[in-house]
Amino acid sequence: MLRKLFVAAVFVVGAAQPLLADNAVDPQADFKAFREYFTKRFPKVQLDDFVNGPYSMDEGLRKQWKAIEEFPPYEFAVDHGKEAFAKPFKNGKTLGDCFPNKGVGIRQNYPYFDTKSGEVITLELALNQCLEANGEKPLDYTSQEMAALTAYMAFTSRGKPFDIKIPNDPRALAAYRSGEEYFYTRRGQLNFSCASCHVQSPGGHIRTEVLAPALGILNAMPIFRSEWGNMGTITRRFQTCNSQVRGVPLPGQDVLYRNVEYYLSYMGNGLPISGPGARP
Amino acid sequence: MRTRALIRLAVILSVAGLTTAAVAASADDFKAALAKAEAANKQAGALKNQWTTTTNALNAAKKAADGGKFDEAVKHANEAEALANASIAQAKGEEKAWADAVVR
Repeated sequence: MLRKLFVAAVFVVGAAQPLLADNAVDPQADFKAFREYFTKRFPKVQLDDFVNGPYSMDEGLRKQWKAIEEFPPYEFAVDHGKEAFAKPFKNGKTLGDCFPNKGVGIRQNYPYFDTKSGEVITLELALNQCLEANGEKPLDYTSQEMAALTAYMAFTSRGKPFDIKIPNDPRALAAYRSGEEYFYTRRGQLNFSCASCHVQSPGGHIRTEVLAPALGILNAMPIFRSEWGNMGTITRRFQTCNSQVRGVPLPGQDVLYRNVEYYLSYMGNGLPISGPGARP
Repeated sequence: MRTRALIRLAVILSVAGLTTAAVAASADDFKAALAKAEAANKQAGALKNQWTTTTNALNAAKKAADGGKFDEAVKHANEAEALANASIAQAKGEEKAWADAVVR
């Protein structure tokens, strides 16, 4: 009888272990695997160059980009963002008062997990929270004004490595896992996930566009896109990706967008902030 | 024997098709089709996986109904329902399938 019980227990434990291993959230292991995947697949690309997206994949595009950077199209946004950042609210305070170091050189620390609210706080959300806390009207997450503010903040962080922290808090790990799930989930009538383009096909083409690698993809945000003729925030980028695969975009700063930004930014840890960027 | 049965079935289906085509859809038919499509799309919304093509078909259905073209309106509403159901199936299938794509 005892022997039978022992054998049964071995089977139960044996069956349960792989399940536990599959469900375990291990950001560090994910990070290592993600980085290895890209560096092995593109051995000629310097690690820091991944943040330059399609330019790290295509020499012709890189030449065009170098020429564009002589008169960067995002420069006006940076200047406007700097002005807006310093402009006093009705109560006399400024956006800088809501952020550490007056908002200068801190972009690399966003998004972060707020243990008080139990939520991921992105830079775009933090900016609107600041506006609302000071009695000002929040901005549309896809607006040129929001893009200008984040462009200015990114510019002051250029060269600083992404430093996203995932605290050992089950809620933070759940948010990270939710972001990972969103990233790999196929959606829209075209049945594409974010990973379909940016993990499985970087360097490939969709029509004339060269697909950027997911590694370091948020380091260059926000971006001036020639296709749009103006600036785009991270929210705008996510919403456009959704609609391009015929999926209805989520509302700006939906919890899933914040979680996927958390996941992707963590994957870009250690790589320099290069935003604002210019893209075709 | 089997061929005969198939021919009979084809004839029955053709007659049924002609009969259906001959009866024009009414405003009530449209309302019923629209309700089913909207319910399915709402379910897709709860799964955060609506498709733009479903929205387009729903809008086309409403536009046709506004113009009194109920046959066309029902056709678009049925199309919207089918698309919404496909998006639900996609979302449910991906609940587990996404993990297979993760870089490990």
